[in-house]
Amino acid sequence: MSFVLECPHCGPREVTDFRFGGEVRPGDDGGRPDAAALTRTLYLRANVDGVQREWWQHRSGCGAWFRAERDTGTNRVLRTAAAEVAW
Amino acid sequence: MKGRLPYNVGGARIDRSRVLRFTFDGKVVEAHPGDTVGSALHAAGQTTLSRSFKYHRPRGLLCCAGQCPNCLVDVDGSPGVRACTEPVREGMTVTPQNAWPSLGFDALRAVDRVGGPFTPPGFYYKMLIRPRAAWRLAEPMIRRVAGLGRLDPGATERRWRTDYRRRHCDVLVVGGGIAGLAAAVRAAELGADVVLADDGPEPGGRCLAEGDGARVAALAERASAAGVELLQGASALGFFDGLVAVWQGSVLHQVRAARTVVATGAVEQPLLFAGNDLPGVMLSGAVRRLISLYGVAPGTRAVVAGVGDPALEAAVALRAAGIHVAAVADARPSPTGEAADALRAAGVPLLEGHTVVRAAGGSRVAKVTLAAPDGTRSRLRADLLVISGGMAPATSLLAQAGTSLEHDGERGRFVPADLPPGVFAAGQVLGHDAPAAAELSGAVAGADAAHELGLGDDASRALLAEDVSALRGASPGTPSAPPPAPPKGERGRCVVCLCEDVTVKDLKTAVAEGFDDIELAKRYTTATMGPCQGRMCQRAVNAVLAEETGRAPAAVGLTTARPPWTTVPLGVLAGRPYQPAKRSALHARHREAGARIEWAGDWRRAYDYGDPDAEIAAVHDGCGVIDVSSLGKLLVRGPDAAAFLDRVYPNRMSTLAPGRIRYGVLTGEAGRIIDDGTVARLDDETFYVTTTSSGAGAIFEWLQWWQADWRLDVRITDVTQSLSAVNVAGPRARDVLAVLAPGLDCSADGFGYLDARRGAVAGVEALALRIGFVGELGYELHVASAHALTLWDALVAAGARPFGLEPQRVLRLQKGHPIIGVDTDAETTPAMAGMDFAVKLDKDEPFVGRWALERLASRECTERLVGVVIEGEHVPGDGAVVVAGDAPAGRITSARRSARLGRGIGLAWVPNGLSELGSRIEIRDGGTTFAAEVVDAAFYDPDGERLRT
Repeated sequence: MSFVLECPHCGPREVTDFRFGGEVRPGDDGGRPDAAALTRTLYLRANVDGVQREWWQHRSGCGAWFRAERDTGTNRVLRTAAAEVAW
Repeated sequence: MKGRLPYNVGGARIDRSRVLRFTFDGKVVEAHPGDTVGSALHAAGQTTLSRSFKYHRPRGLLCCAGQCPNCLVDVDGSPGVRACTEPVREGMTVTPQNAWPSLGFDALRAVDRVGGPFTPPGFYYKMLIRPRAAWRLAEPMIRRVAGLGRLDPGATERRWRTDYRRRHCDVLVVGGGIAGLAAAVRAAELGADVVLADDGPEPGGRCLAEGDGARVAALAERASAAGVELLQGASALGFFDGLVAVWQGSVLHQVRAARTVVATGAVEQPLLFAGNDLPGVMLSGAVRRLISLYGVAPGTRAVVAGVGDPALEAAVALRAAGIHVAAVADARPSPTGEAADALRAAGVPLLEGHTVVRAAGGSRVAKVTLAAPDGTRSRLRADLLVISGGMAPATSLLAQAGTSLEHDGERGRFVPADLPPGVFAAGQVLGHDAPAAAELSGAVAGADAAHELGLGDDASRALLAEDVSALRGASPGTPSAPPPAPPKGERGRCVVCLCEDVTVKDLKTAVAEGFDDIELAKRYTTATMGPCQGRMCQRAVNAVLAEETGRAPAAVGLTTARPPWTTVPLGVLAGRPYQPAKRSALHARHREAGARIEWAGDWRRAYDYGDPDAEIAAVHDGCGVIDVSSLGKLLVRGPDAAAFLDRVYPNRMSTLAPGRIRYGVLTGEAGRIIDDGTVARLDDETFYVTTTSSGAGAIFEWLQWWQADWRLDVRITDVTQSLSAVNVAGPRARDVLAVLAPGLDCSADGFGYLDARRGAVAGVEALALRIGFVGELGYELHVASAHALTLWDALVAAGARPFGLEPQRVLRLQKGHPIIGVDTDAETTPAMAGMDFAVKLDKDEPFVGRWALERLASRECTERLVGVVIEGEHVPGDGAVVVAGDAPAGRITSARRSARLGRGIGLAWVPNGLSELGSRIEIRDGGTTFAAEVVDAAFYDPDGERLRT
């Protein structure tokens, strides 16, 4: 596996510069989940074959976490955005 | 040097005025600077360079281009080096591989003489199976007989020290032959940033030895002038999703190019006939190189056999070098062209439609049998048999990049059918055999690549159009004949795969046994799986399978191209042999004090200072000091700092008063413990958070991740490296601190347990935290790393005795304080570890792990971390098994003998039924059994009186 991600702060870098942080998931809305919902939240991931939103951290660079849209089938990164940027 | 040609014939690369000496198989060999080990050995009359993998057949120079496995030798202890491309160095020690007792007389050749019926393909599965003991006896013998080269199992130093280099460029050109050079020149002259990777010692490829040396030298000069980064001796190993790994000596370049031009050329294929692996059987390219580059006479009397012009051109070159050519067999019915005309004019017998069916000789070719189109055999005396079975485009990298291949039936080879976006091909790999056409195709590919990147102008596009039409009109070269089928009824092995000693017969057997797909036949016979990775045999394997299965070569296909395309030492891929170590600012002092330094995660830490028992006693009775700089240290600041901590910790941090400290455990979303530490509130908006040493980096990243999601008004700063920390502990710690920090009220009331104070200690601005991991009165002092030595020296001078990590482990174990990651694992919940006190489920705010912790609270733990007292003088090792009814039921995570308590103590995971105080448990460590009793883990000072005084 090898591809390039564009860090919103540092620019394009090899994927080995980054730490993968998993799918972007909806946050805790404060409501108490039932057992099934909790299990889904904790242990199940969409694992899509296609474009998904992900967390990445520029571990060997500026250290910042940011979000990326990546096609899991082709590893093409469609766009990246700093955490504070709404999208 | 009897095999050397006269001084005015060939030898472009060598300096005949100087002589170097090296040893081969213990004998001194003379060479000229510029020689390769292979050329020097051949010139010295050493025609056998290795013994084959399985049958120990003698092998000599075949390709002379670093492609085939025939010249693998050991150079100065490194096995698997190709003699034909390894430059000679004064004093190098070259030894043959895989030969016993000697290269000249290899007793294991017996395998070849009698082994046929005993070593069929897949013999691992067929023979030595019963009785079962047979394999155990046979295995060491097989290991001795088979294999290539030998590593020194006693070597401790890693031989390879490779640096990684990342290179992003506009255009990467793989291959520095005439096509690659032309592509690089054109792209660079249009303004592209171009890297060219070529595996030869100088750019030019086969043109260097085949009459176009001046042309490629001029192109190389233009490339340099245009700013091309020329990497020589640089092999492209593979194409990985657009990243090309290029190995060049001690550097592994990871080249990512916007466009890639593959100009990897073609690999000349051998022919299939009996005895086709004898030394003296050489590819036409090898002969050209030996003469032109090294001035070496490949033989004295040659027979040439081929399917196209390369064979005829080699015959012409041999004659020009003064070597007698006895006959030239051409598989084509009526060869035409310059070379054919020249041979006919010179009166060399050019035998039309003839093929070679057998080479015979002891350790070198002596006789060659040719077959006429009607089958008539003729035998000729020769010590050199030059062969050329056609050119197989080197498509591996292209195939790895996603190119599909199609079969060109006319010339019997697979060529690229379509190229993926961003990838271009040029030269012989595309089928342009003639140098002029190859050069044109390179220029076209280079221009296309540059144009795609937005470079160029109308003039460059016009030039491209001219080149494209010129390429269309260029002569494709004289067609070659399809390679003849292996002859029938000739005595002797007809080797398909030289690396693995797989013969035509073996492949036929594989097909007969049902392994009729090329991928299955590959795995069953191991053909194409050796060091040459199918370079020398992919075409032949295809042809034999096609004939045996009655399918078309296109339907049989080739085996999947996989990296690495070039044999590469594993050490190169393993990268730099270094292990980063973290050392605290006090490290020098620990060494001076004679500390035993050990790894603790990625830190180098003082385990003890020679007398752990005395160090423990000092903490109990006087004052000790330990370097705890490895603790993770974070500053959490901002209006939302308290709210942020309330959301990551399961207990409350917002209620903490400034100047106070609270212990906190961190749990993940699943409610499992991931770390612990202390939180000190410095002021309303500033918290000082410590984490475990091992969790420092990960927790900082984890907190940042949550903050990236929540975006509260808070900033988290990792000050782990910039601050150092020491823990001063023991009943005399207060006195020591009071002396060194006159400005600090150190009284029990003025600086109580879990208070945080700022002040100067030994003149150094410090944050003092009154906490007690080791169970005695203690102060953790955090100071700027630059001043840590001053503080340490003052503490030691004031009577604090340094203690190490091991005494600290005993001290904290006496208190039953678990170490996260040592006494807990990834499944441990706060309840299981007895840390419920740090979880406040009645908090109003949501926090990480809340819902999982709530759910866990409603369930009974199935196992718990408990304290155990171990009977007897000794304690089990960490990790020993707790046994219940003869079955494993739990484990000891830490156990030590406590001198202070006079007994063995430990922490253990035990199942529910055994976790009540007073339960008797049994522990097994290896063959030793220990009896133990479950007790309150706070073994020492259970009420914390000493801690709080």
